Amino acid sequence: MALLNKIPKENSAAEGQKRVKEPLFHIVKRDAPVWYKAWLIRAAAIVLALLLCAVVTVLLARNVNPLDVFKAMISGNFGTVRRIWVMLQSLSILLCVSLALTPAFKMRFWNIGGEGQILIGGLATAACMKLLGAKMPPVLLIFVMLAASIAAGAIWALIPAVFKAQWNTNETLFTLMMNYVAIQIVSYFTMVWEAHKGSANIGIINSKTHYGWLPQIGNEYLLSIIVVLALTVAMYIYLRYSKHGYEISVVGESQNTARYIGINVKKVIIRTMILSGALCGIAGFLLVGSIDHTITPTSSNNRGFTAIMVSWLAKFNPLMMLLTSFLIVFLECGAKEITTKFSLDKSFSDILTGIILFFIIGCEFFINYQIKFRHSQKEVA
Amino acid sequence: MFTMVRFVTLFHQAVLQGIPILYGSTGEILTEKSGHLNLGIPGVMYFGAISGVIGAFLYENNVPTGEALNPVLAILIPMLSAMLGSLLMGLIYCFLTVSLRANQNVTGLAITTFGVGFGNFFGASLVKITKSEVPSLALPRTSLLFQTQLPFADKLGVFGQLFMSFGFMTYLGVLIAILAALFLRKTRTGLHLRAVGENPATADAAGINVNRYKYSATCIGSMIAGLGGLFYVLDASNGIWANGAFGDRGWLAIALVIFVVWRPDLGVPGSIVFGFLYISYLFIDGLPMRASELFKMAPYIVTIIVLILTSVRKNREHQPPASLGLSYFREER
Amino acid sequence: MQAAPAIELKGVTKTFGHVVANKNVNLEVRRGEILAILGENGSGKTTLMNMISGIYFPDEGQIFIDGQEVTIRSPKDAFNCGIGMIHQHFKLVDLFTAAENIILGVNDGKKYNVKEAAVRVQEIADRYGFILDPNKKIYDMSVSEKQTVEIIKVLYRGADILILDEPTAVLTPQETGRLFSVLRNMRDDGKSIIIITHKLHEVLSLSDRVSVLRKGEYIGTVNTAETNENELTEMMVGKKITLNIDRPEPKNMKNRLVINDITSVDAFGHTVLDHVSFIARSGEILGIAGIAGSGQRELLEAIAGLQQLRSGEIVYYDPKIDIAVDAEKASEEELQTLIAEDNLILRDPETRVRADLRGKTKAELERMQAGGAAFVRHPRVNLRDKTPTEIREMGVRLSFVPEDRLGMGLVGNMDIIDNMMLRSYKKGMSVFVDRKNPRNLAEEIISELEVVTPGPTTPVRRLSGGNVQKVLVGREIAANPKVLMAAYPVRGLDINSSYTIYNLLTKQKESGVAVIFVGEDLDVLVELCDRILVINSGRVTGLLDGRSATKEEIGLLMTKTDDRQEGEADGSAE
Repeated sequence: MALLNKIPKENSAAEGQKRVKEPLFHIVKRDAPVWYKAWLIRAAAIVLALLLCAVVTVLLARNVNPLDVFKAMISGNFGTVRRIWVMLQSLSILLCVSLALTPAFKMRFWNIGGEGQILIGGLATAACMKLLGAKMPPVLLIFVMLAASIAAGAIWALIPAVFKAQWNTNETLFTLMMNYVAIQIVSYFTMVWEAHKGSANIGIINSKTHYGWLPQIGNEYLLSIIVVLALTVAMYIYLRYSKHGYEISVVGESQNTARYIGINVKKVIIRTMILSGALCGIAGFLLVGSIDHTITPTSSNNRGFTAIMVSWLAKFNPLMMLLTSFLIVFLECGAKEITTKFSLDKSFSDILTGIILFFIIGCEFFINYQIKFRHSQKEVA
Repeated sequence: MFTMVRFVTLFHQAVLQGIPILYGSTGEILTEKSGHLNLGIPGVMYFGAISGVIGAFLYENNVPTGEALNPVLAILIPMLSAMLGSLLMGLIYCFLTVSLRANQNVTGLAITTFGVGFGNFFGASLVKITKSEVPSLALPRTSLLFQTQLPFADKLGVFGQLFMSFGFMTYLGVLIAILAALFLRKTRTGLHLRAVGENPATADAAGINVNRYKYSATCIGSMIAGLGGLFYVLDASNGIWANGAFGDRGWLAIALVIFVVWRPDLGVPGSIVFGFLYISYLFIDGLPMRASELFKMAPYIVTIIVLILTSVRKNREHQPPASLGLSYFREER
Repeated sequence: MQAAPAIELKGVTKTFGHVVANKNVNLEVRRGEILAILGENGSGKTTLMNMISGIYFPDEGQIFIDGQEVTIRSPKDAFNCGIGMIHQHFKLVDLFTAAENIILGVNDGKKYNVKEAAVRVQEIADRYGFILDPNKKIYDMSVSEKQTVEIIKVLYRGADILILDEPTAVLTPQETGRLFSVLRNMRDDGKSIIIITHKLHEVLSLSDRVSVLRKGEYIGTVNTAETNENELTEMMVGKKITLNIDRPEPKNMKNRLVINDITSVDAFGHTVLDHVSFIARSGEILGIAGIAGSGQRELLEAIAGLQQLRSGEIVYYDPKIDIAVDAEKASEEELQTLIAEDNLILRDPETRVRADLRGKTKAELERMQAGGAAFVRHPRVNLRDKTPTEIREMGVRLSFVPEDRLGMGLVGNMDIIDNMMLRSYKKGMSVFVDRKNPRNLAEEIISELEVVTPGPTTPVRRLSGGNVQKVLVGREIAANPKVLMAAYPVRGLDINSSYTIYNLLTKQKESGVAVIFVGEDLDVLVELCDRILVINSGRVTGLLDGRSATKEEIGLLMTKTDDRQEGEADGSAE
C-alpha cells in the first residue's frame, strides 16, 4: 500500500497491470544524467566491446596472444607516419559525410541516402575531369568540378525532400532507394568510361595529365583533412549559432512550436536537405578529385551508412563527431591491420566494427534509462 | 526473335532472381508489421546464407566423395543452420531495439555491417580451407538436392517448364508468403500483430503483450529472410558461394516490401516482376553489357514511384504501419 | 428489500503529490439507472471514475460491487467486475474495421472469425439502437461513430456498468440526441450508466439522479426529477470565494482588436467557431469563460494566425502609427465611421487629454480643429489568413501564451535562453542568432519572476510546471505586446505562482495592453477580469461586466443551450 500511494499521475492503465504482476524491475527514464556518467558508461561499453573483439579474434585466428590483437590495432593506426596520414584522411572523409547528414538528422529527417549523394557527387566530379579535363584552365576546372558535385549531391537529396515536405513521403525508404539508383548509374558510367575493354573499371582518371586533380598541400593527404576540419567548424557554427541552425532545431524538436512562431517547415526541410546533399557531394568531390582519382560503385565504401552512426553517436554535435568518427576509423584501420597480421580475411574488420557498434548502441539505453528493482526503496523518488 | 522457349528461360531466370527477394520481403513485412523497420535484413540474409553454407559444408565434407548424401539430412542441416543463424541476428536486433529501445535505423545498419562482414569472413575462411583456386566455394552435391525439380515437371510441357521446374524452396517461399498473408488477415494473432504495428498504445490497452509480439515477429521474420539467403546460394547460384555475389538483394527485399504495399501475397508476383526487371536487359537483343546496369535500376525506380504514389494518394490501406520506426515505451504516452 | 447497489464507493480519497483530487467521496449507482456526475473542470470527476475503472488505485476507501467489496487494481480487474469505461480519447486502430477493433485483445477461446464477430456486434448495436456498420474502417468514421465503437467494445466484453467520460463533448446536438436514446435503452435493459458531464441541460434531460463534485469533494446527490438548473449550478460552483486579486479600474480604453463575425470549421466538418464577434480593448482584461473545448483554443489560434477561417475578419488597430485626420477634408460619413469604430483620437498638443468624441458632428470636429486640436486615427490591419510571421512583419505586437506550454509555446529540450529566442531570433539582418540579449532576458525573467532553476542554460523540460509557465509568460510579455492572449495560464500552478501570473497580467493591462484571458476557474474570472465573454459550443452566449457578474450567471451561460439546439437534441432523442 505504501508504494501504491506514491504512484505518480503519469502512470496509467498499463502501470496498474504491471503492479499486479509485480515484475522484478521496472524501467524509468533518466533525467539527463551528469555528462561524465554518460561518458563513463560509453567508455565501459567500448572497453567491454574491445575485450569481446579480442576474444573473437583469438577464437578465429589460432595461436594469437590477445595482447597482440590490441598492439596490432594501435600499430594499424599509428604504426608508421604514412599510416597516421591514411587514417586521418579516411577520418576526414567519414567526418565530412557525417557532417553532411547531421543537419538532416537534427531536423528528424532520416537521410540514409548519403551513400547515393556521395556517389552522384563523385560521379559529377569524375565526369568533369573526364570530359572537360583538357578544355579549360586547371583552376577553373576544379571550381567547375566542385560546383557540379555540389549540385549533383544537392539534387539527389532534394528529390526526397520535396516529396517529404509536400506529401510526407517516407524519407527513410525514399533516400535508401535513391542510393541504389545512384550505384547503378555509377556502374553504368564505369563501363562507359572503362579504361580497358571489359574491365568495367575507369582506372585512374587523367593519370598522366593530372587534369582536375586537386592540388597537394604539403602531402597528398593534407588537403581533404584541412577542408573537412574547416567544414566541421563551419557546421558547428552553423548549427549552434546561425538562424538556420536554430530553425532546424525547432523543427526537429516540435513542428507545432515551429508553426506557432511562424517557421515555414517545408522551406526548412528543403533547404536543409539541399545542404545535406551538397556536403555529401563535396565528400564525393574530395574522394574523386583528391584521393582516389577514379570512381567505382563502391567508392563511398559504405560511408553513407557508417556516417549515420558517427553522427548519431555524437548526438549530432559536429565537434563530438571528431571523436566518434575517429573511433570508427580507428577500428577499421586497426581491424585491417589485424587481418593482415593474422592473415584473416579483410571482412574481419566488419565483424569487429559490428560488435563495437552493438555495444555502443546498446549502452545508450543505460544512459537514458534507469532500471529500478522491485525492492529498491527509491522506486518513485 | 522472342520465342516461347526464350520466354520460358527468362521466366525461369526471373523466378530464381525473385525468390530470394521474396523470402527477404516476407520476413521484413512480418517485422515491419510489428512497427520495426529492420534495415539489417541484408545482413540477416547474408548471415542466414553463410550459416546454411557452413552447415551444408560440414555435412557434405563429412560424407566421402562418391557416397550419396542422405537427402533428409542434406536438406535439413543447411536449412536449420540458416534459420538458427538468422534467428541469432533477429535476436540481437530485437534486444537492442525492443528491450534497449535503440534507434532502429542505426541498429539495422549495424546488423547489416556485421552480417555482411561475418558472411564474407566465413565465406573466405571456407574457401581457404578447401584450398580452392577460385575465390569461391562449391557445394555441388547439396545444391543438386535443393534444385531437384518436381518429378512430373517434364511431362507437363510448357506449363511444367514454367511452373514445375523449380527446386522445393521456390514453392516453400511462395507458400510462406501466402501463409504469412493469411496469418495477417485471417488470424487473431495476425490481427494483434497488425494492431501492435499500427498503434502499440491501443494494443497494450487491449491487453496485448506488445514486446512479445515485436520479438516474435522480428525473429520469425529474420528466419524467413535467412532462408532467402540460403536459397540464393544453394539453388539460384548452383551451390556456389562467392563473397559479394549476393549483392544488393537484401535492399531489394526492402524495396519489394514497399512495392507490394506491405502485402506478402502480392510479394509472389511482385518478386517475379522484380526478377524480370533485374534481368530485363536480356530481353533486348544487341544491348551493350553496360546497359544492364541501368536496367538493374528499374526495381528501385518502380519502388520509388510506388512510394510516391501511395503517399500522394494517401490511400490509408497502402501506408507503412503507422508506428514504423518508433520505439514504444509505455510510460511515455 | 432493495437490492444492493450495482456499485458503491465509500470514503474514497486520492491525492497526487500535494493535490487532493478526491476527498472522502461516497457514491452509489443502482442497477438500471443513469447517474450523472456533475462538476466543473478539475473537480475530480475523471479521477474518481479512473479509480473505478482500474487506472488509479485509491489511497483510502472501499469499492463495493453488488454489495461485495472488491479490489480494482487494473483495467482487467475492472472488466472482471463488469465495469467498462469509455474515455474521451478513443483507443482505436484507425486501419481496422469496427468489428476488428471490438474483438482486439479478446481471447474467448473460440475460433477467430471476424464475420461472426461482426454479426454479434451488429446484434448488440441493433439491440440498443446504435447505428453502426461493423465492417466500416475507423478512419472513415465520424467522431460519434468512433464513440459508438468504443461503447460496443465495452458491451461486447460483457460490461454492465458503463462509465462515459464527457461523451457529448465531441458530438453534434443530433448525435447527442441519438446517444441519449441509446443510453436510455441500455438503462431499460438493466445496465448501470455513469455519465460524466458539466452540461446541465444534458443532466436534466438524461439522468435519473445527479451526484455533484466540487474541488474534489462530494457535495451530494439529488433526484433529477426534483431539481433544476439553478440548484445544480449552485451545488456545482459553490459559494463565492474571495481571492483578493488586485483589479485596478481600466484607463484609456481604446479598441485594439475587433473580432468581427468569424467562423471556423475543423477537419471533421464541425463548426468550432460560430459567428463570433467581440472587441478587446487596450487597458482592460477580457476574460473568456466556457467549458473546455467550446472553441477557446480555436479562437486564440485564429487570432494568432494558426487557424483557417471560413468567414469574418480580425481587425487590429495599430497604436504605434498615427495617421492624421483632417476634419475639414474628411466627409461626415468617414468621420462617423471612425467614431463608431472608436478610432478617431483627439491629440491635443497641450493637454494630450483624450476626449470622448461620440456624438460629435463634422461641424463640431472642424470647430475643435480650428481651435488647435488635432485628430489622428490608427491604421486598420486585417489579420485574417495571415501567418504568424506575416502578422509579426506587419508590426502587430501580438503575444500568445498557448494552452500547450511544452508542446507549442516552448521547446522542452531547449534551454531557457534558446526558448527566449523563439520570438526574437529572426530580428536583424545577420545570419547568426544573437544569444546575448536572450541571455539577459532569461536572467531578467529568472530574477524578476523568481524562476527556480539551476541557471538559464537548463532545459525547460526539467523545470516544474509553475516555473515553465513563468518562463513562457515572461517571454511573451517581454515582447512588449499590444495584445496579450493567455490560455489557461494558471492551470496546474500552485497558489503563489498563480498570483504571480495574475499580477503580471494586471500590470500589462495597466500599461495599456489589451489582455485576453481564457480561464476555467470562475472565482478567478470574476475577480480578475474587467469584462467576461462567455462562449458555448463555439458561440458567444454572453458578455458580462466582470465587476457585477456572478458565478451562477456565468455558469448558466456556459452550459445553457438555445432553443434551436435543444429542440434538435430532444427531437431526435425521442
